[in-house]
Amino acid sequence: MTAVAEPTNDTSQIPAPEGSVTITVKILRFNPEIDNEPHWESYDVPALPTDRVLNLLMNIKSYADGTLSFRRSCAHGICGSDAMQINGINRLACKVLVKDLLAKEGKQTTVTVAPIKGLPTMKDLYVDMEPFFEAFRAVKPYLIAYGNEPTGERYQSAADRERFDDTTKCILCACCTSSCPVYWADGSYFGPAAIVNAHRFIFDSRDEAAEERLDILNDTEGVWRCRTTFNCTDACPRGIQVTKAIQEVKRALLFKRT
Amino acid sequence: MSESLTLDKPRSPRRPAARRNNFELYSWAFMRISGLALVILVLGHLFIMNILDGGVHRINFAFVAGRWSSPFWQFWDLAMLWLAQLHGGNGLRTIIDDYARKDTTRFWLKMLLYVAMAVILVLGTLVIFTFDPNITA
Repeated sequence: MTAVAEPTNDTSQIPAPEGSVTITVKILRFNPEIDNEPHWESYDVPALPTDRVLNLLMNIKSYADGTLSFRRSCAHGICGSDAMQINGINRLACKVLVKDLLAKEGKQTTVTVAPIKGLPTMKDLYVDMEPFFEAFRAVKPYLIAYGNEPTGERYQSAADRERFDDTTKCILCACCTSSCPVYWADGSYFGPAAIVNAHRFIFDSRDEAAEERLDILNDTEGVWRCRTTFNCTDACPRGIQVTKAIQEVKRALLFKRT
Repeated sequence: MSESLTLDKPRSPRRPAARRNNFELYSWAFMRISGLALVILVLGHLFIMNILDGGVHRINFAFVAGRWSSPFWQFWDLAMLWLAQLHGGNGLRTIIDDYARKDTTRFWLKMLLYVAMAVILVLGTLVIFTFDPNITA
């Protein structure tokens, strides 16, 4: 059998501003109406070092292939829509700069982009997030307080607020959960993101349902399935110390301290 | 059938309610503690059996019989047997939970594991306690 060159995609329509270099973007494409399984497609895209990977994808979609599908909303690292595997690492496409991906001088740069793992791919780069949100909802990520409603605000000291400050930063992009090998192997595990959002309320002095959430996370699919591989901490685009939060929940369960 | 049910209440919780038992917590804590104990027990065992005066070449029936005449070594070996079996068995249980794709595979792999663990534990304990140094070869 003769080697067949990968079909090249026509990207000549993409505008090349001054100072741009051509880099190859390899995208794991999948169209459920045509393909049986995902396949790689390459696009030669002019890129400025200050471009983000999201710009490259937008250019491919606008000028080369309008069927390329991915989620993006705010494009500023806040909404958490465009989580994808960039060069094998879960990242937000809107927060990765091309200059950080450039190969050594004189070598062709290749950037691989694939959907996040562990959640069913629906088309190209977007996945079904429902299993992820189901785990999120299951830890009751909202304030639960009993007794009479206060007439004013629920006050909290600065130190009490600081206790769970790190886990309030979560934007539910699923970078952590879809980088977790335990979650890949068995999707019934709650996953790091759900535990982070439980942590945010367990350690909140105004919340009164810490026991309830700890019971949920003490179950078979809860925190004890965590193997502390730190993939989640590495993946988090907000820099949340995810593994530390999980360990704090474990400690609270072991010593009943919240 | 199941699809119409899902559509009926798309946001209803799909997980069973928390069972409120501490089994996973205790097995997690057991892994840490038994791991530490096994480091001492197994490395000590290897050192005595393989390195200390003459090492592996002095091991014979009389040597084992001599060791097991002391309750201290009986207890050492018994602790090593039970901790290693439960530690390894629990580790395999979590691996089966992680990687078995179907509930039936998961169930039968676990049954195989538990039966193997039980056989080895019973057999090992029996040998340590009923060992007869005057057995005729």
